Amino acid sequence: MEASKVIHAIYTDDDVLMSAVKTVKAEKHHIEEIYTPFPVHGLDKAMGLAPTRIAIASFMYGCVGLAVAIVMMNFIMIKDWPQDIGGKPSFSYLENMPAFVPIMFELTVFFAAHLMVITFYLRSRMWPFKKAENPDPRTTDDHFLMEIAVHGNESELTSLLKETGAVEINIVDKDEDAH
Amino acid sequence: MEYKISNRLKIAAIVMIVLGVLGVGYGFMDANSVTEENISDVIAAEHHGGHGDDALTTEAHGDEHAEEAQGESHGESASHAEESHGDDAHGGMTEHEEHALHQIHNRPYSALYVAAFFFFMIALGVLAFYAIQYAAQAGWSPVLFRVMEGITSYVLPGGLIVLAIAFVADSHLFIWLREGTTTVGHENYDALVAGKSGWLNKTGFFIRGLIFLGGWSLYRHFSRKFSIAQDNADDNRNFKKNFRISAAFLVFYIYTESMMSWDWIMSVDPHWFSTLFGWYVFASMFVSGITVIAMITIYLKSKNLLEFVNDSHIHDLAKFMFGISIFWTYLWFSQFMLIWYSNIPEEVTYFVTRIEDYKLPFFGMLAMNFIFPLLLLMNSDYKRINWFVIMAGIVILCGHYVDVFNWIMPATVGPRWSIGIPEIGSILLFGGLFLLIVFWSLGKESLLAKGNPFIKESEHFHY
Repeated sequence: MEASKVIHAIYTDDDVLMSAVKTVKAEKHHIEEIYTPFPVHGLDKAMGLAPTRIAIASFMYGCVGLAVAIVMMNFIMIKDWPQDIGGKPSFSYLENMPAFVPIMFELTVFFAAHLMVITFYLRSRMWPFKKAENPDPRTTDDHFLMEIAVHGNESELTSLLKETGAVEINIVDKDEDAH
Repeated sequence: MEYKISNRLKIAAIVMIVLGVLGVGYGFMDANSVTEENISDVIAAEHHGGHGDDALTTEAHGDEHAEEAQGESHGESASHAEESHGDDAHGGMTEHEEHALHQIHNRPYSALYVAAFFFFMIALGVLAFYAIQYAAQAGWSPVLFRVMEGITSYVLPGGLIVLAIAFVADSHLFIWLREGTTTVGHENYDALVAGKSGWLNKTGFFIRGLIFLGGWSLYRHFSRKFSIAQDNADDNRNFKKNFRISAAFLVFYIYTESMMSWDWIMSVDPHWFSTLFGWYVFASMFVSGITVIAMITIYLKSKNLLEFVNDSHIHDLAKFMFGISIFWTYLWFSQFMLIWYSNIPEEVTYFVTRIEDYKLPFFGMLAMNFIFPLLLLMNSDYKRINWFVIMAGIVILCGHYVDVFNWIMPATVGPRWSIGIPEIGSILLFGGLFLLIVFWSLGKESLLAKGNPFIKESEHFHY
């Protein structure tokens, strides 16, 4: 793929970054990506990103976990090997249900949490030993990096970003196939 | 930001009180119309469906069996019996008749006590929430402090009312107050109650009650005083004092709240005990209190009196409503499951009574206090929709009224329960009083605690 030029503006404070994002959006420039050392509240909204759907996925995973717990306990304790615990050998799932509630709860949480993390990694295209995508290692420490595509408006963008409080502005060639 | 209780609200509250007094009065008259002379007719009238106890309970709450169960409430059957009274005279009562008579006479007292405690526990729950905000130096909530202070003004009157009802009702509510329960050889002698009489005795009950109430009211008095003094102060001295007394209050509260729950609620079943009952009662009062904060805040906001309260504050309150509802369920279930599983006769009777005679309120409460908040308030966006929070709040409050109902009624009226005129009258009476006192108190000071050092942070609170 053809190499394209991007501008990297570096900030040292999340509040400055937030107001910069608002200014840049107000000037109708498209922000490709922002790299931050920690999650910045409200940044996704300011960038105009679509709201996350992970909560919906999480709810569905939770329902799966609940269903697995119900079916599993029904098989283990009622169908396959009924046991008399505390004088309750009723062979009925419903009558023994209170004993299974902790398991139902735990498996709901277990499924929701683990599958949500796995979904997040898959959607973000992350896996073990993957080469890091962030263009500047300082974004893992105390710097914030905003990446904007350049379409022949270098000088205009540079002066705009300078005004918003960027401490460093670099123009780099970005190879799309590099990651 | 000034607020004065509107005439419409005042009139509505007074009408509620008047209707409530009429309802409560009717309840007492109705219950007292059943006497030793006509009790057997009343029981016969109750049983004329031929369904035994089964028909009795279904009649009482008028659910799906209403048609086959002759559709008579106890009030009606009582007056029905009145007509046929005199046909046959009765000398001594059977044990069953005496028991039934007690339950019929206990009902108006219990209805009054349940409603009084319900509104009192809302105010006390808010007081604990308020103290936590100070002790944690929370930055999001100071814009809501005046609303909370308004609600907590009901702690003292509400608590005194609960104690007064307990004093008047005596053995109508607390069976351990019957004559002779601790005297060996007396027909009412109860070895278990006698063994607990070092704690469970009338003098101790009221001394403890006054100490609890005194401590809570003192904290409420001084925290309100410092909060108002902070408004026009040029340093943070009053805020620091409030921080200190709040931390001290929370320690006092968590012990006394627990003891209060043994005294005022758990002791209606003096043979039964549960070690986490105090926490369970706490969860109920906490979630009801937070719900009322949210509802009153939304009400005042709709009158444009709280412009400084934004969607994020409502969102946070709704998150608490959601979270504490689940916390309540967790405690309720922890208590239930251990007792259900171990199946020890002296413990499990508590739940056997409730599942047999109180099926609808017992499981209905679980739906209202757990399933509804869980599903309604799970979505993040819904927590910001004011009318949605109000609707969820109404369900939660009804659920926790039924919760209090399930604490008291099985011990005092047994299967002869109903939600009829005495119960609704009591709710109206104390609901009206609650609204009157709370909104009158809200009108006394500016609705913004403007001197609080966190007030700027709170106004700009954004989630």
